[in-house]
Amino acid sequence: MSFINYASREINLKIVYYGPGLCGKTTNLQYIYQRTAPDAKGKMISLATETERTLFFDFLPLSLGEIKGFKTRFHLYTVPGQVFYDASRKLILKGVDGVVFVADSQAERLDANVESLENLQDNLEEYGYKLEKLPYVIQYNKRDLPNVSSMDELSKLLNPRGVPEFSACAPKGEGVFDTLKAVAKQMLVNLKKSGH
Amino acid sequence: MFEAQSSLVLHDEEFSSIASVIEKLLQESNSKAIFLVDKDGQLISSVGETGDLDTTSLASLTAGNIAATGGLAKLIGEKEFSILFHEGEKDNLHLSLIASRVILVVIFDNRSSLGLVRLRVKKWGEELERIFCTLEKKARQNSDSPKSFFAEITDEDIDNLFK
Repeated sequence: MSFINYASREINLKIVYYGPGLCGKTTNLQYIYQRTAPDAKGKMISLATETERTLFFDFLPLSLGEIKGFKTRFHLYTVPGQVFYDASRKLILKGVDGVVFVADSQAERLDANVESLENLQDNLEEYGYKLEKLPYVIQYNKRDLPNVSSMDELSKLLNPRGVPEFSACAPKGEGVFDTLKAVAKQMLVNLKKSGH
Repeated sequence: MFEAQSSLVLHDEEFSSIASVIEKLLQESNSKAIFLVDKDGQLISSVGETGDLDTTSLASLTAGNIAATGGLAKLIGEKEFSILFHEGEKDNLHLSLIASRVILVVIFDNRSSLGLVRLRVKKWGEELERIFCTLEKKARQNSDSPKSFFAEITDEDIDNLFK
């Protein structure tokens, strides 16, 4: 749910990075954090376990600049990917304006991707949202690893609707900003259509 | 099944009435700082000693806290827990839900007390609830108005953001 503040001339939008455990959601945010100018970002918060697995969420506020005199602020969240954290994962989706699904390209994680995508749809439906109606992009991460499924195979399985999709290697930053830009753009176009 | 909520749109008029209510609450409760945060983690307004605080993080963590506690409430068959209190060595946090939509965060130290804060939050919380209910009504009435500011955004404006 976007928040438009005419008094301080700000648009606030929420992006959630979703995907199976260890697919690289937090790494996406860490790369964005490292590569963004200090005045355009806030503090990155990670609520993680001692072994650096996301426990509740990571949070990164970003300012992209102005549009018609309004500051555009994006709040980036990741969910905990591990299956048993479903209750927490569902909470993060509340009020989401755009979704990035980060898939793990490794062949042995194919089932985990499908399961996570189904879980995303189920959890969105509980809030009365539909993935088809939300700004949504897919990122195929870990393309640098040797045992990956082909892009065609992943696309066929995870992206039957043909939403924008990107190959990525998050620790090196490949595809990270392209993914973010694509979803942010869809969100602004959506805002324009909804016309506040 | 949860209900999908519409966007929160705040104009100058409501913004200043909200700011004046939380300013009065700050004075009457003798607290250090007060924040009003959207349940989705976006900061709406703040007053008091906010200078040293990372307000964006505070807003997001508050919303996470309320969301987690709300999840716990549902597990034991409650609709929600409308008040949370965190006690520190010097500073304390009092969180309360307003109109099931926004979170009122009061930070106070030993110049005030939990009793006083609760009493004043109850009084001014009702005032805030009125403002947010009016806001929601207004949003529903305007939802189908064809002319709007954001409709005037061009594709070029959007592209320019990403240059």
